[in-house]
Amino acid sequence: MPDKQRQVITNRVAFLETKIPSYAAVLGITVLLVLWEIVCRLEIVPPLFLPAPTAILAAGWEMLVSGELYEDLVASLLRIGGGYAVGASLGIIFGLILGFSRWTDAILTPIVYSIYPIPKIALLPLIILWLGIGEMPKLAIIALGVFFPVVINTFSGVKNVDPMLIKAAVTFGSNHFNVIRKVILPASLPMIFAGLKLAAGTSLLLLVSAEMIAAQQGIGSMVLHYGNLMITTKLMVGVLVLSLLGLTFNRVLQWLERKLVPWK
Amino acid sequence: MRIVIENVDKTFVDAKKREVTALQNINFAIEQQEFVVLVGPSGCGKSTLLNIVGGLMSPSNGSVYFEGTDSKKPNLGIVFQEIALFPWRTVYENVIYGLEESGASKQEQQEKGKHYIDMVGLSGFENAYPKQLSGGMRQRAGIARALAIEPDLLLMDEPFSALDAQTRTIMQEELLTIWDRTRLSTLYVTHNIQEAVYLADRVIVLSRHPGQIKSTIRIDLPKIGRDKDEYRMRFEQYVDEIWQLIRHDAQEASREG
Repeated sequence: MPDKQRQVITNRVAFLETKIPSYAAVLGITVLLVLWEIVCRLEIVPPLFLPAPTAILAAGWEMLVSGELYEDLVASLLRIGGGYAVGASLGIIFGLILGFSRWTDAILTPIVYSIYPIPKIALLPLIILWLGIGEMPKLAIIALGVFFPVVINTFSGVKNVDPMLIKAAVTFGSNHFNVIRKVILPASLPMIFAGLKLAAGTSLLLLVSAEMIAAQQGIGSMVLHYGNLMITTKLMVGVLVLSLLGLTFNRVLQWLERKLVPWK
Repeated sequence: MRIVIENVDKTFVDAKKREVTALQNINFAIEQQEFVVLVGPSGCGKSTLLNIVGGLMSPSNGSVYFEGTDSKKPNLGIVFQEIALFPWRTVYENVIYGLEESGASKQEQQEKGKHYIDMVGLSGFENAYPKQLSGGMRQRAGIARALAIEPDLLLMDEPFSALDAQTRTIMQEELLTIWDRTRLSTLYVTHNIQEAVYLADRVIVLSRHPGQIKSTIRIDLPKIGRDKDEYRMRFEQYVDEIWQLIRHDAQEASREG
């Protein structure tokens, strides 16, 4: 029977395994930049409102070579680096303690949750009143903004540690300190990193806001300054730097996570 | 040295605020180098009892103590049903965990770590993370971790219940070989009667509601090679005897779900 009918079964969920070529990732952004450039070249939008990407790059290069960018960038990096480091360390430490001890959990968690929803920038005037107008209030506001997402994520990371692992550690002779250091901390690392990534965005936001309100130097004040002068190209250089800063920040955190959580 | 479980009761308060007796009047002892298996239907409190002996739960009444120790604190090795390896530690780092905590020197850690990894047949996997291992290999690592501290009492809580039937049979055989080399006093919990008869010097049968010792059966067969043809009859007799003791309870347990 040679002409028997066949019904071939094909994989009906092949769409789940669709292969994407590697250039797809840059496709969208390239098209966007080209369109932007065309719109500017054809002068559909005046350059004052939207400078062309090439003009921004040229201005950026110029500011870099002349060293104009340098001071602002360093000032911003120091603030965000310092504030982030302080806020993140305190957040992790408090999160671990809060999660481990039922007493501190019961007493401190309501306080944490009632301060958490306050937009931290609203506290800046108060903090300036307390700490003066130097670098301290900017560092403090960034640290404060970083502290909360980190502490809350660390806390929930600790609460989700498999109690079997804690029992196992205690059985094999761990004291409380070692249980925290050798079990609870590594087990919460994935959640801690989720908090750190969240906090990276917050810290950038607070950096720029604080610099716009109360600083002579820094990317934020630079953006505001050129905005007031209506030099949009240089303003956009500041925005570009902030975007790159955010990207780098995330990359560094991803790299660190891969280093510290190789077992996931 | 023997381990005595004396007049142990355990009551819980359940979700509906009723008091439930999980264990009642449990009395037995584990002699030096003895392999005792607790067997019973689900809900008979056998895991609860093992947790109490392991110091992971306190009894409502009664006590558990070591007799004839020279005042040093007895150490316990526990093999968990959930295996409970630390996922961020490699096989080697997991196995030496207890040694690390007892302050053993780096050299001792290395020697014993290697020794017990060899014993459970995990050589070559020292640097693998638990995630990269199969269920059987993970449990081997769990056993090596418990053996590495050279415990005075080895506790095993249904260690093979999550494994497939073939792996399970192999692991039972290997456990006996390992036990024969170490001769540790062991308390082993299972709901599998064949496993109990295959491994035990003495089987303690628990009943449920409340969990009480229903019977204690000494298995009078050579420790190694009970699956040989010549012992098949007597092996089946033991299995049947225990099954008759548990049957009614097990049926009830399965109806309750």
